[in-house]
Amino acid sequence: MRFDLQVIASWIEPGSKVLDLGCRTGSLLSYLTREKNIIGTGIEIDEDAAGQAIAKGLSVIHGDIYEELEDYPDNAFDYVILSQALMQVSDPETCIRDMLRVGKLGIVSFPNFTHYKNRFQMFFTGRAPMSKELPYEWYNTPNIRVIPITDFRRFCSGMNVPIVKEVAISTYHHDEKGRVITFLPNLFATFGIFMLGQSKG
Amino acid sequence: MSEYIEHNADGPSVGLVKKELFTFDEGGTGLTLDSGRTLPSVTLAYETCGTLNEDKSNAILVCHALTGDSHVAGYYNEEDPKPGWWDLMVGPGKPIDTDKYFIICSNTIGGCMGSTGPMTRNPETNHPYGTSFPVVTIGDMVRCQRRLIDHLGIDTLLAVAGGSVGGMQVLEWSVRYPDRVRAALPLATTTKHSAQAIAFNEVARQAIMADPTWNKGDYYETGRPEHGLAVARMVGHITYLSDESMRHKFDRRLQDRVELSFDFEADFQVESYLRYQGNKFVDRFDANSFLYLTKAADYFNLENQHGDGSLVSAFSRASCRYLVVSFTSDWLYPTYQSKAMVKAMKKNGLDVSFCEIEAPWGHDAFLLPNDRLNGLLSGFLNRVSNEITGGK
Repeated sequence: MRFDLQVIASWIEPGSKVLDLGCRTGSLLSYLTREKNIIGTGIEIDEDAAGQAIAKGLSVIHGDIYEELEDYPDNAFDYVILSQALMQVSDPETCIRDMLRVGKLGIVSFPNFTHYKNRFQMFFTGRAPMSKELPYEWYNTPNIRVIPITDFRRFCSGMNVPIVKEVAISTYHHDEKGRVITFLPNLFATFGIFMLGQSKG
Repeated sequence: MSEYIEHNADGPSVGLVKKELFTFDEGGTGLTLDSGRTLPSVTLAYETCGTLNEDKSNAILVCHALTGDSHVAGYYNEEDPKPGWWDLMVGPGKPIDTDKYFIICSNTIGGCMGSTGPMTRNPETNHPYGTSFPVVTIGDMVRCQRRLIDHLGIDTLLAVAGGSVGGMQVLEWSVRYPDRVRAALPLATTTKHSAQAIAFNEVARQAIMADPTWNKGDYYETGRPEHGLAVARMVGHITYLSDESMRHKFDRRLQDRVELSFDFEADFQVESYLRYQGNKFVDRFDANSFLYLTKAADYFNLENQHGDGSLVSAFSRASCRYLVVSFTSDWLYPTYQSKAMVKAMKKNGLDVSFCEIEAPWGHDAFLLPNDRLNGLLSGFLNRVSNEITGGK
């Protein structure tokens, strides 16, 4: 399993109810079901990925994140996870607010756009950066947003969404191994992972 | 649905199966139907395959669609040209695996394939009921199936599965008898017919009733309304296909000719196909049954019958896991109808999986070979079954 998913998994309390938005073929949900005995649900827009996840025995709804989030009652889940999908979300504010309505805690992870390699590429080649984490050209990328860790923190405070926990990581070896970055994470981390709480009041 | 559309005679099969009958009379009082009328006794034709395990926890009820029957898989005898209607799905090593599960499929009440219906002799008059047979509902069908399940000594079904009108029965089971169903698989179905679906059924019924030999349903001694029934079937077949599948299958190709006939022969392949399907259907189906079964489908309205007009409150009665499947080109029961049921299930905190399968073949897609559907069904059933056995 990808290292960022390992970090997320380590944050989940055993036996909790988890909603994974953009769950792909369900590797995180499978892991959490097996190792932490969670009650998991996934939402996935791609038929092939959703079909594979259901075929693994997971509860997955083939559909759009926004539409599917709407139907859940408040606090239906302990955690709502948006792992490496925020870059493709058209209205992040609505999405995160709805995540924190149906879930007591939200977990968001994304590739850190301002990793030093991206900065060097832009600076020295004058071109839009391409990396292992964001491996697309400007004309074929599904990622409509680029997100630096620092900006994401500002975004949360602007929305009055408390950051309960955060970690910045750098991954290697097919993303399955990695380490936590504490020194200048906005420069040295390849991914940011945040646990968000519900706004007070 | 179109029956027996695909099969593989050389593939794995449950082998020989037989049609069995079960008759009940509710301790002599007869069965009172949703309409308020009572039938003195009811017989269901059914088929089973696979083996019921010791604690009777591996039973799956398969519900057939509008004009299907209890012959779900395998062959009645070695000379049978075709197996049961869902042989693709039900058999050893298949998604509904007869090596693991015990499969039951019964012909619905109101049908004409061995279960009590308008063709049945009314014991009071000693003549077939015809249109004096009470109108039955999807709820009545399911209540009869429950008697059969009781008779087989099964307390809780591992799953109820079915497509189209069979899917309506699945939904009905899940809210009517929540304690007796662990999992429900409603495929290519709806919680209520749209006006469009009712409209097509009404045209089909009118075709039968406009045939003079129908004779208000009293034709069993005088000759059956074959033409009307064939036209009814043709209408049905149009709704089971799609623009794309018709284009692919027939386009405007001519049938056995190189130019237009300038008369009313079947010029086009699509005409010939519909005529063939209509005529083939007449051999095996009763026109009155067709009226009753389409009516039952039109009357089905889960939210009114179980939720005082609210689908969310209808599903508040349910407790099983669901796998809901729709097909992109199914315009008879379009995906929005499946999504509406999924929404109501989610609002009740029910465990639901949903997949809209990309398929060009229209409503019939659920009966055609489809690896995606196979994967969904086998994975979902595996999980439900593992939850009982702990994965053993």
